[in-house]
Amino acid sequence: MLQQAFNGLVGGAFYALLALGLAVIFGMLGVVNLAHGAFYMLGAFGAFIALDSFGLNFWAALALVPLLLGVAGAVLERLFIRRLAPLDPLYNFLFTFGVALILQDLMKRRYGVNSQPYPRPPELSGTVDLGLFTYPAYQVFVLGVSALTCGAVWLVLTRTRVGMIVRAATERPELTRALGIDVGRWVTPVFGFGIALAAFAGVLAAPMRAVNPLMGADLIITVFAVVVIGGLGSVFGSVAAGFAVGLVSALGNLYVPALSQTLVFILMAAVLLWRPAGLFGREEAYR
Amino acid sequence: MILTRLARSGRAGVALLAAGLFAALVLPWLIYPPVALDIACWALFAAALDLLLGFTGLLSFGHAAFWGGSAYCTGLIALRLGLPFPVAVLGGTAFAALLALPIGYLSVRLTGIYFAMVTLAFAQMVYFVANQWRDVTGGENGLQGIPRELFGLDLSDPFFFYYAALPLVLAGLFAAWRIVHSPFGRVLVSIRDNPARARALGYPVERYRLLAFVLSGALSGTAGGVFAIGHGFAALDGLYWTTSGQVVMMVILGGIGTLWGGAIGAAIVVQLQDFLATAGFDGSGIVTGTLFIVIVLLFRRGIWGTARHLLAARRTAAPPETAEPKPRSRVDAPT
Repeated sequence: MLQQAFNGLVGGAFYALLALGLAVIFGMLGVVNLAHGAFYMLGAFGAFIALDSFGLNFWAALALVPLLLGVAGAVLERLFIRRLAPLDPLYNFLFTFGVALILQDLMKRRYGVNSQPYPRPPELSGTVDLGLFTYPAYQVFVLGVSALTCGAVWLVLTRTRVGMIVRAATERPELTRALGIDVGRWVTPVFGFGIALAAFAGVLAAPMRAVNPLMGADLIITVFAVVVIGGLGSVFGSVAAGFAVGLVSALGNLYVPALSQTLVFILMAAVLLWRPAGLFGREEAYR
Repeated sequence: MILTRLARSGRAGVALLAAGLFAALVLPWLIYPPVALDIACWALFAAALDLLLGFTGLLSFGHAAFWGGSAYCTGLIALRLGLPFPVAVLGGTAFAALLALPIGYLSVRLTGIYFAMVTLAFAQMVYFVANQWRDVTGGENGLQGIPRELFGLDLSDPFFFYYAALPLVLAGLFAAWRIVHSPFGRVLVSIRDNPARARALGYPVERYRLLAFVLSGALSGTAGGVFAIGHGFAALDGLYWTTSGQVVMMVILGGIGTLWGGAIGAAIVVQLQDFLATAGFDGSGIVTGTLFIVIVLLFRRGIWGTARHLLAARRTAAPPETAEPKPRSRVDAPT
């Protein structure tokens, strides 16, 4: 039972990282990025390709792949997403859908639908004794790293000048601009950063989940549900809901296995009934 | 009533309607009949979505739930009960409407991008349920061997089945047209354009949205049911979110808020995919994804919308600056 809860938290770590990236991008640009899952998938493939073709180990991939994909994301924002930004946000939603389709099928054509193997880094191949039960070291590492990352992002957003600007621009773009802050300058880096977070999650997923072109497609919709539960546009809510949903679905899996995949959507329906703005969302965020 | 309305829409309208009907009738002579049936089904699906997107201003990214859900229900009725296919399709339509009721009830509380996300999530839930409920849906294998039964007539030839199924599709399209041009449809448009004012005038905005959602879901179900019978199977694909995306693309390609534009979009996309499949190209997502991006970036008015715009520009001396047709949301998300 405790072990299952721990599994849930590890799964929740991925939800949290992806939801965090989505929330940051959504907050700053008003764009719901449907290609987020595709970038997560590219992150995992990035790790695989780095090892397979360039002999770069896990740690190098963990540093390099998010950086490269983050830059790619920034380019995407500069070239296309920026143009669609003044229009209805639905157009960017559709645009990123197209991007997701292309990325997915490109990888499918190159690597097929079968999963590619990726070994655990040797430093983390053992198990850790957590007192009540032993647990694979790698999973403990994933949980720790993603919690640290979310915490770090939270600190940056709340305690630094950059974070202040981003939060202000998220909540009141016109007013922030009127105060003499160049909001546009921050849009591209924030988008790139959100994509980098997705890629980071992808690299982390490579050693413990099957690396295949469809790995991001199902996950992203679940992450959407997580974001709706946590509160649309709420960074804290997204992360908290990410871990919570991971935990709840793991425990649900234990008691009602039939509901393992649908539980998150039932939770979402309940939240919509009770608080349409989400657990941590503000009413005005959706009205 | 209908005739007077037709007469009012002018000679051009009648000519277009006649041309459309003619095209629907000769289609299987011109192209491979199964492809013709696919076009007809997707055209109805696109019109059903446009009812919601173009005339109510809500972008649903979860209509695969109704298309695919009805496909399963239609297939089960035809397989297990052995009823004639129009009855099975009607059963599927009713099922889609029933499914749309709770999903719509929860989703119409949100608008714009949030509505799109939530409908997408609910459709994915339906997908997972179908995937897990193997005893009923056949899981990954889907439902196979759905019969095309109509009082002992042999409809195994896709050419004849096209004509057997066409009345259902046309009835669906007619229903969509009637809804849009009814007083109810007018209220929908006013809600799309200014929900606050519609509310102030005393219209229960949420209830109108919900009814539009259910009607749109039901018509999508008709399309999905015919599609399932025509192919002889119902598969998980039909419930997947790429199906929802594909129908949205057809509507935008044809022109949002034009109702018939979706049929043109459907014809183009289905033909393109058929061409790619015959050519043995397995990455159709690359092509459809690119098409999607190009449309969204450069061709937001769509084919029918562009034609209408050009006509309007020619009629008036000074071309009016008509606003881009956008799927309007009540309040745009914070930017």
